[in-house]
Amino acid sequence: MKLGFNLILGGALTALVILAGLLAPWLAHFDPVLDADLMSAELPPDSTFWFGTDAQGRDVYSRILYGAQISLTVGIVSQIINTIIGVALGMSAAYWGGWWDDLVNGLTNVMLAIPSLIFALAVMAVLGPGLVSLLIALGLTNWSWTCRIARSSTLSLKSLGYVQAAQTLGYSDPRIMFTQILPNIMGPVLVMATLGMGSAVLSEAALSFLGLGIQPPFPSWGSMLTDARQMIQIAPWTAIFPGMAIFFAVLGFNLLGDGLRDMLDPHMRTRKL
Amino acid sequence: MLRFTIRRVLQIIPTIVVVALLIFVIFSVVPGSFATSLLSDGKTTPDPQLMARLNEQLGLDKPVHQRFITYVGDLAQLDLGTSFRTRRPVLELINERIWASLQLAVAAMIFAVVVAVPLGFLAALRPGSILDTVTMVGAVSGLSLPQFWLGLLLMYVFALQLNWLPSFGYGDGSLRNLILPAITLGVTPLALLARTTRAGVLDVLNGDFVRTAHAKGLSEAQVVRRHVARNALVLIITTVGLLFGSLIGQAVVIEKLFAWPGIGSLLVDSVAMRDIPVVQGTILVIVVWFLVINTAVDIVYALVDPRIKQE
Repeated sequence: MKLGFNLILGGALTALVILAGLLAPWLAHFDPVLDADLMSAELPPDSTFWFGTDAQGRDVYSRILYGAQISLTVGIVSQIINTIIGVALGMSAAYWGGWWDDLVNGLTNVMLAIPSLIFALAVMAVLGPGLVSLLIALGLTNWSWTCRIARSSTLSLKSLGYVQAAQTLGYSDPRIMFTQILPNIMGPVLVMATLGMGSAVLSEAALSFLGLGIQPPFPSWGSMLTDARQMIQIAPWTAIFPGMAIFFAVLGFNLLGDGLRDMLDPHMRTRKL
Repeated sequence: MLRFTIRRVLQIIPTIVVVALLIFVIFSVVPGSFATSLLSDGKTTPDPQLMARLNEQLGLDKPVHQRFITYVGDLAQLDLGTSFRTRRPVLELINERIWASLQLAVAAMIFAVVVAVPLGFLAALRPGSILDTVTMVGAVSGLSLPQFWLGLLLMYVFALQLNWLPSFGYGDGSLRNLILPAITLGVTPLALLARTTRAGVLDVLNGDFVRTAHAKGLSEAQVVRRHVARNALVLIITTVGLLFGSLIGQAVVIEKLFAWPGIGSLLVDSVAMRDIPVVQGTILVIVVWFLVINTAVDIVYALVDPRIKQE
């Protein structure tokens, strides 16, 4: 059963990242920011410093654990924002139709025309670097696909008997949308949100790498790679481990999303992997 | 066909106008003006007279709606404004950089197509084989890989350790400088394209006309060449086009990593300097690039597959 494989491996990787983030204060050997010691700078991996140390003598292993907190926060919060915007717009557009539908459709098309990293970059340029700006920038970036999916799913549900029955009973529009339609479109929306978490983690890393995201000395995986770039020749481990952390976290979200899709929607089942 | 083409081309104009408006709105609410960031040292407040003069020179003393009218008027004449920092026309700055970006995007796409299409094809023809498994595991991994990290590792191995290739820069524009950034940028489209090719070919293989072709006694090679390849190509061409359009967005990080003098690195530097006209102009050019390529893909698609035009 290949179908279960994606779900299990994706779930395991995601659980690992979540545990690393949650248990960072107990698992870390050193403080990720304060325990800088130039005497132990650029040490290769050994039994004390599992992943070596960086230019300031900070423990790379501990910084990666705390970095998981940032990546997860960005991934989860930005996708909650995206999902709320996308579902609210998509569902209401399909339900009400008319000029509102045209407006939402137009807006979605415009958003799809701007590459997401470029849009996030523009928002970061306005808001300035930092965690809150990142959450807003990435939360406003990726809702268009969710909106499309919510819209098309709502359209197909709208004419079904139980929705029309609710209308006949005189339920208010919001009540119908929340109690009759929303529960039935959550499957594909959840898949989009999970896949979106992977791309949010990648975008966070890219923006932080460009110096527009999380600012030093806080341990974002992306900004750790910015530092590593300067010293890759002397201390390659400072580049290898944070990159692997990003890779496995994103892989986890992607496999989990694929696995969920296979489970929830047999019609869209990807042939193996 | 001509009517379809004209309609599709006209359709992108309103999108461009709305994007231009959106960009203007976003950047007119920027807290902390260029004048402040240029004149302030972070400790003392800059001289108000000096600030006022600089704002006047840059046209920032006028109210927002007036600036917007000027912006739209200039845009209609294909004038993207003047850089705050270098005082040169934005279009000139972009023109200097866009060819390097184009070169990088084309090279990355060639790399992706040359590797991904044969792999996807072979994987689909032998489903379940080792090659199939390796291709698909590789594709999923490629989609999860932070490209700039891969670039960093390639730089470390091929430039710094083995000394085979230059680690960054445009150099004299030779192919050697292009190889590492192009491979780095090409990995994500490669992964997507291999996946799409495989899925497309598998779909075609299940078609009734393929069974018919087999039934009338054509050899495996003939069936693949005449029936499968031709039908799968429609999907492959479309995917290549769409991926090419999105490359320029992803190139931003790669250009910065390899100090490649394209419009991506121009954008990142201008964001850091708060050089708003350049930021606005580059984003607009990137969006136009994306829309133009998508429209071209639609038109090519309609040419190849007449059913599309009907909609």
